[in-house]
Amino acid sequence: MRSDVSLYDLSAPPSLDAALAILAKEPGKYTPIAGGTELMVALGVGRLVQHSLISIQHLRELRFIRVDDKAIHIGAGTTFTDIRRSQAIAEDLPLLIQSASWTGSIANQNRGTLGGNICNASPAADTPPALLAYGATVRLISASGTRTMPYSDFHLGYKKTVLRPDELLHSISVPRDFSDYRQYIRKVGTRNAQSISKIALAAIAKLEGDTIADIRLGAASLTDRPVRCSATEAALQRQRIDGANLDATVRAARAALATEAKPIDDIRSTAKYRAAVAANLLEEFLRSL
Amino acid sequence: MSQSKPILGASPLRKEGRAKVLGAAKYIDDQSLPGMWHGATVRSSIARGIICSITFAPEIDWEQFAIVRASDIPGENTIVHLTKDHPCLAESQVNHPEEPILLLAHPDKTALLAAVRGVRIEYDELPGVFTIEESEAAVENNDAERIIWPGSDAGGTANCFKQYLMYSGEANETEDGLAAAFEAADFIVEEEYHTGAQEQLYIENNGVIAECNKDALGNVSDVCVRGSMQCPYYVVHALTLIFNLPEEKCRVIQVETGGAFGGKEDFPSVIGSHAALLAMKCGHPVKITYDRAEDMAATTKRHPSRTRHRTAVSKDGKLLGGTIDVAIDGGAYATLSPVVLSRATIHSPGPYKWPHIRVRAKAMATNIPPHGAFRGFGAPQSLFALERHMDKIAKTIGLTPEELRRRNFLGTGDRTATGQLLNEPVDMQHLLTRALQESEYHEKLARFAEENKHSTIKRGVGFASFMHGAGFTGSGERRLNSLVHLDVLEDGRPQILVSSTEFGQGTNTILCQVAAQTLQLPYEDILIAQPDTSVVPNSGPTVASRTAMIVGKLVERASHQILATLREQEDLPEEHTREQFIAAAQSYRAKHGSLRASVRYEPATKIYWDDELYRGDAYPGYAWAVYVAEVAVDLNTYMATVTRFDALQEVGLVMHPVLAKGQIEGGVAQGIGYALYEKCVWKEGRMMNNQMTNYIMPTSADLPPIHVHFEEVPSIHGPGGAKGIGELPMDGPAPAILNAIENATGIAFNTIPLLPEDIFERFTSFTEPAHGGSEDFDPTHLGEFLPEAVA
Repeated sequence: MRSDVSLYDLSAPPSLDAALAILAKEPGKYTPIAGGTELMVALGVGRLVQHSLISIQHLRELRFIRVDDKAIHIGAGTTFTDIRRSQAIAEDLPLLIQSASWTGSIANQNRGTLGGNICNASPAADTPPALLAYGATVRLISASGTRTMPYSDFHLGYKKTVLRPDELLHSISVPRDFSDYRQYIRKVGTRNAQSISKIALAAIAKLEGDTIADIRLGAASLTDRPVRCSATEAALQRQRIDGANLDATVRAARAALATEAKPIDDIRSTAKYRAAVAANLLEEFLRSL
Repeated sequence: MSQSKPILGASPLRKEGRAKVLGAAKYIDDQSLPGMWHGATVRSSIARGIICSITFAPEIDWEQFAIVRASDIPGENTIVHLTKDHPCLAESQVNHPEEPILLLAHPDKTALLAAVRGVRIEYDELPGVFTIEESEAAVENNDAERIIWPGSDAGGTANCFKQYLMYSGEANETEDGLAAAFEAADFIVEEEYHTGAQEQLYIENNGVIAECNKDALGNVSDVCVRGSMQCPYYVVHALTLIFNLPEEKCRVIQVETGGAFGGKEDFPSVIGSHAALLAMKCGHPVKITYDRAEDMAATTKRHPSRTRHRTAVSKDGKLLGGTIDVAIDGGAYATLSPVVLSRATIHSPGPYKWPHIRVRAKAMATNIPPHGAFRGFGAPQSLFALERHMDKIAKTIGLTPEELRRRNFLGTGDRTATGQLLNEPVDMQHLLTRALQESEYHEKLARFAEENKHSTIKRGVGFASFMHGAGFTGSGERRLNSLVHLDVLEDGRPQILVSSTEFGQGTNTILCQVAAQTLQLPYEDILIAQPDTSVVPNSGPTVASRTAMIVGKLVERASHQILATLREQEDLPEEHTREQFIAAAQSYRAKHGSLRASVRYEPATKIYWDDELYRGDAYPGYAWAVYVAEVAVDLNTYMATVTRFDALQEVGLVMHPVLAKGQIEGGVAQGIGYALYEKCVWKEGRMMNNQMTNYIMPTSADLPPIHVHFEEVPSIHGPGGAKGIGELPMDGPAPAILNAIENATGIAFNTIPLLPEDIFERFTSFTEPAHGGSEDFDPTHLGEFLPEAVA
């Protein structure tokens, strides 16, 4: 433990409203903490700069999985384990289940939350690619009201989001009906478990015969934030994947992805490797259609 | 005999297993002493430079702290290993990042966090060298600024801690023989191989608690260090110099130790000395425990290496002669590098007949924290090079890897490269046959070649043949002169007294098995004393795969001695019951007050070794092995995964099948990490990935089924015929895996760790021949599945 815990304070308001009131009173003073799987690591190594924490881990209002006709609504305080155990998510959103299983260890999954995974805003986070491919929307809440937006607009840059200091992520809503889509997800990490993504790609596509009618791609560690690959999607719209045209389609896809991939060199991998493997994963998906 | 079944060769519960499983075992950080303070280390922030000033932040009340500087050391400022170049605390100059400069202690551990940051040290920076090549270049260019280590009276020269020159015969004759061999050779095969540093990653970080007493004049009268360690008497030796005290005034106690792998061979002398100095200064017991980040950044790792082979071969696959040049990176101080280099040197020719061979080896200085002992101790480095090179030779001359080895294996009655006569049975031919059968090698070779044509996942098989010498090198065991006591206590139960330590590998259990077997008593009756140097004799360090064979043999001899005494003087029958033994022992004790057998090491056969010429009987015994790896290389991700592993070894006698299998499985897992995952990222001598998130150790999800097979050919050197196996499994996996990757992809990789990024680079840069030269890339292995990015 490289931090002096006596220099930190933590409050645990009894309700969501109380938490929002505290955030509204002194915006920016408090950092929300849910499962703590990121912040406690920073505390342990002496690098947690935020000294006032507000716990939202216990707030029942944020921990739910609700299913209606059109969508599955997942509270920001829902844990990875909750997600992995949800029958509804397993049936409708297999890529989300898969990505939840990647995160850390079982102990991490028992504490870590979907909201934390998104708000921590790591470009390498496990669940965003699936949520981006599925076209999720996010609901943000503050003492002054709520707002809803496409999740693809949520991330503004490296570890930067649209979230205001007085706001919390309330829930993520994911459309349900992907039964006629082909679905693909793959994480390339530093090892097969307890690893951080070098690159990850989630992809869904709907075919009309040999033609791509709709395709959506979400990626991790491809840019400074979790990203939906809109240019590549556009390039693939209405492209043919039959034997005669597949190679051309794959080439177009790789070229388009290269224009929007902006990976970096870091301690885990290289930009060149990330860009090439992202393209290989996309090709793997296209050839599997 | 009271036992129906032999206990040696059975798998009784570990002696300390119950306490560990129940969480009752007390590791050092579970322990506390009355009035105990906590210690911390202020370390250098640069790799090399002169210390200009040390100032203390005014906002901290330094009166509350004990502060130890180099000038406070009552004896010599040195951590003694083979030479005295390694200071306990840097005085005027630092030579690597994270070098200890000051020590602080305070009753409250938390207070140390700000205090360590509050010590400001200014330096006049000096240029550093960070690789073997930079260190060599400084010597070649006579670059005085970059001569970072001056030499020593123990044989070192500028920037070079130690050199060996080993010939397979008389020097001039061998040189003549080599010249003739290269002249006559049908093929000359040359290559260079590299291995990286590796962190031991014991579960428990380094930690100790020290106490210090003073006499009426205020001088230190005695010190006591307890902690996590392999070699209590090494720490005693270090303390005698630091405090200028006789051995009996430096007491060292090993407590339950959570893994070591060599990482607690030399390093506890450092942290133990530090804690004892703080205890001296503050007048309280002092505990120092490192967290993972400090342990990884500041303590020892496996030596990185570079090995060059040049081999003369006939067209029918006979090795005619060879030269091997081994260089290891020792870090900033000599520490154990000369002995690590020795093992690398002796193992570099492997289990083969070399009519003429010359091995040149050297350990170079760099401004990196000193590299140290790690399971295998130099052998994994030189055997990686050799076993990759054997595959290269085979490919060059058009033989299979199997056939090339078969034509050159050592056998019973042959002499090794050091001239050692193998008079105990050795059958590498049989080991290879069985290993290839167990792993279905030939069947897979054919099947994968076919399947790979139609898959982006390329699969392959490869193997490595090798041996590992058990015990200290050459005359080492004789010099150690190990002593073992065996007491019989008042209740008639025998108690083993050794300084050999348990750190997860099974020392307690196997030594008790040996005593139980020999004394014809139940295993449960045998006790083993906690290694406390005020009680146990010096049975040598717990290293070098020596405990089972060397110390086990001493326990066996001590047990025989007890029996002889009781038979002679108490008429104990040849076949006795437990009750008869206890009665005889108690009767003897009633007359004599105690019953103890003490035995010292004696070689089972005459062992000849010449330290000057590096000739003779290098090790008392060898374990022999063939390891087979099966891999899959995914061309979408360039990740190589080991999909099955077969480890066959001849170990003399399997003393405890469960523990022995565990040793092999653990070593193979560590070897897989060494080959494919674990990379130390250095920047100016500092480890940048000193956390387990970024230093990638394989998890169970990355490891294949590991099939462990044993052969038993009893050796006269060990108890019941046992030989050492602790380090052996570290030697084979890396070359077997890279041989399998070459089989899968057609690409020869000669550097480990081999990460997906490295495989990617080779796949995407094959147009310009890279490291592997002409055999770099064979496009036929890729067929139409060449990734488009490179097409």
